Amino acid sequence: MPTRPQKVYYFGTCLIDLCYPQAGMAGIELLQREGVEVLFPQQQSCCGQPAYNSGFPEEARKVARQQLKAFPNDYPIVVPSGSCGGMLKHHYPKLFANQPEFAEAQRFSGQVMELTEFLVTVLEIQLEDRGQPIKVTWHSSCSALREMRVIDYSKSLLRQLRNVELVELRRERECCGFGGSFSVKQADLSSAMVSDKVADIEKTGASRLLSGDCGCLMHIGGALDYQKSLIPAQHIAEFVWERVHG
Amino acid sequence: MANSSVVDFPKNFTKALNDPQLRHNLRSAMDTLGMRRRTLFSDPVSFEQLRATGDEIRQRALRQLPELLEKLEKKCTENGIQVHWAETPAEANQICLEIIQRHNAHRVIKGKSMVSEEMHLNHFLAEHDVEALETDLGEYIIQLDHETPSHIIVPAIHKNRDQIARLFHDKIPNTPYTEVVEELNAIARKVLREKFLAGEVGVSGVNFAVAETGTLCLVENEGNGRMCTTAPPVHIAVMGLEKVVERLDDVPPLLRLLTGSATGQLITTYFNMITSPRKAGEKDGPKEVHLVLLDNGRSKIWADPELRQTLKCIRCGACLNHCPVYTRLGGHAYGYVYPGPIGSILTPQIEGLVNAGAMATASTFCGACEEVCPVKIPITDILRRLRNESYQKVDTPHAVKGHGYKLSVIESLTWKGWALNNMMPWANALSAKLLGLLSAQLPRLPKVGLLKYWGQSRTLPKFAARSLHALAKEKGLRDE
Ligand code: SF4
Repeated sequence: MPTRPQKVYYFGTCLIDLCYPQAGMAGIELLQREGVEVLFPQQQSCCGQPAYNSGFPEEARKVARQQLKAFPNDYPIVVPSGSCGGMLKHHYPKLFANQPEFAEAQRFSGQVMELTEFLVTVLEIQLEDRGQPIKVTWHSSCSALREMRVIDYSKSLLRQLRNVELVELRRERECCGFGGSFSVKQADLSSAMVSDKVADIEKTGASRLLSGDCGCLMHIGGALDYQKSLIPAQHIAEFVWERVHG
Repeated sequence: MANSSVVDFPKNFTKALNDPQLRHNLRSAMDTLGMRRRTLFSDPVSFEQLRATGDEIRQRALRQLPELLEKLEKKCTENGIQVHWAETPAEANQICLEIIQRHNAHRVIKGKSMVSEEMHLNHFLAEHDVEALETDLGEYIIQLDHETPSHIIVPAIHKNRDQIARLFHDKIPNTPYTEVVEELNAIARKVLREKFLAGEVGVSGVNFAVAETGTLCLVENEGNGRMCTTAPPVHIAVMGLEKVVERLDDVPPLLRLLTGSATGQLITTYFNMITSPRKAGEKDGPKEVHLVLLDNGRSKIWADPELRQTLKCIRCGACLNHCPVYTRLGGHAYGYVYPGPIGSILTPQIEGLVNAGAMATASTFCGACEEVCPVKIPITDILRRLRNESYQKVDTPHAVKGHGYKLSVIESLTWKGWALNNMMPWANALSAKLLGLLSAQLPRLPKVGLLKYWGQSRTLPKFAARSLHALAKEKGLRDE
């Protein structure tokens, strides 16, 4: 286990930057609450995954290079997303194989940690719940589950909260059908997948859906909203911050 | 390899998605198969060890593929098995036909074989006045209904019991309607027994061929495979040339992985090891055994180190059973013989990207297939490679056939613009600001372009008035 650092880098992700900055800020507040200084390079942008997964590796590399430059020091790079985290940690070395930046990419990848894993394993965060009793359910993003393997950490945060009851989805391990450009290029398939996910969520009786990935939240949340569901979708960092902040 | 010459993926997909019965059948079947597999491989540590072994065996075999194939041919020939090489399905069909005609045979009985599907053997034989009867229960069911397999292990998985009951009643003369599984089995058994006796040539697939000993291994549950390979005087085994393994020792771990991954069985009811035709003094077994080795693009795949991993596949079907896309479409919608994740990486390589490249887009990269694949095929990396080569002309010797077929100025420019925006912090900040302003003006973004597709089942997100970059700056977060 890495020793407790004094400073960390924060990689906010482009989706959080544009659509869910409050989730990004909540992650920052949680880190600061533990006495860690959060560095936010203004030069950062996107991890490059959209192009990487759509058949445009050269464009992905150009954007990825910008991130290598923006995070030059050896501080942990904390990411409030399993998906972008997976890209930075597991795909950068592949993206830069046979490239001059390979060593740099490896250095960078080695520093990347997903937010909830970092809070639990490195900072050993202790949460005190100040909220009203609530029933929530949890969506595991595929990359948090299979690439970053951090789901147990995310859920352990929720389990620390005294007044929060976590009801698990029947098919928690099944993809919600987002898949970036898949959601529009294979819109029918994606819609079929997310409809099943929504039905599964509704069945839990939970009053909120939580996840560690804003891509899935945008997708499932959009579908919940479309189907006039009353269940809001929220990033785990924002939820936890609300609970402990009171 | 296509069931029809042009595959209309969007139409097929829509049709499958609008078939609630199909969706229901698939879901319950996949749930059962997945649950059985999980029960068998309940200990993750020992499963990881076992699949590391499986991966090593398959990699070792592929590393020495040319030598092992030569050795297999030599050993088989010594054992009295006649070996034939076919570069294309057409050649393989011709070889089979010649053997069949040499024996003046008109009735072929078949055990389950995906390679024979790849060859469209039944269809070819029918054109030459040879009837090929499928004897695997699932294959028999779909043959009765003039369908192709919808799954590589469980070919009739798209049908439920009621549909099979109706089919038997309609298609098999003098069959009363029944939904009792035992009775349905008995009906099929009765028909098949008679056919076994009348079969003049038996055709089967091969699960593993052992180079060291010249042994053909065949895994099955119903005993029909044993009948096909022993009852008729002639047995023809058809095999994709990647199925060879080096040693007899390599078989037990692979068998364990195959049956566990496929159906959650510790071992199947039958495991056949065929090493020679009937020997002098023996009372049964075929007098002739032939092995047809089919290439059909495999050596080209083999030549590329990354794509080669596709050939590690042992056709267990676990990737199909765990695929959220396959679970919603079933096999027929893919339009080719091999559906699901393995089909989506294998088919475009064999058929070319122009014909089958779209299969590589039917994935969210969720990785459920890789998680269960017993020989650790990097399915998503290969899918990504196929997507890359769809958009780019590449000048490596092993480029996938049809590379660059999707080359589009608009799409390329879009990604170039996206890259520029994300390489220049000021541009990025400006666009974030503009989007925020735009969002504030419009309660909902208009549903145009790709957003139209998003909007068919999901509301659109709103852009924040102030980006995280802006908030972080306001909070005074430093950089180093
Ligand atoms: S790709 Fe892997 S999981 Fe899929 S059929 Fe082949 S061996 Fe089985």
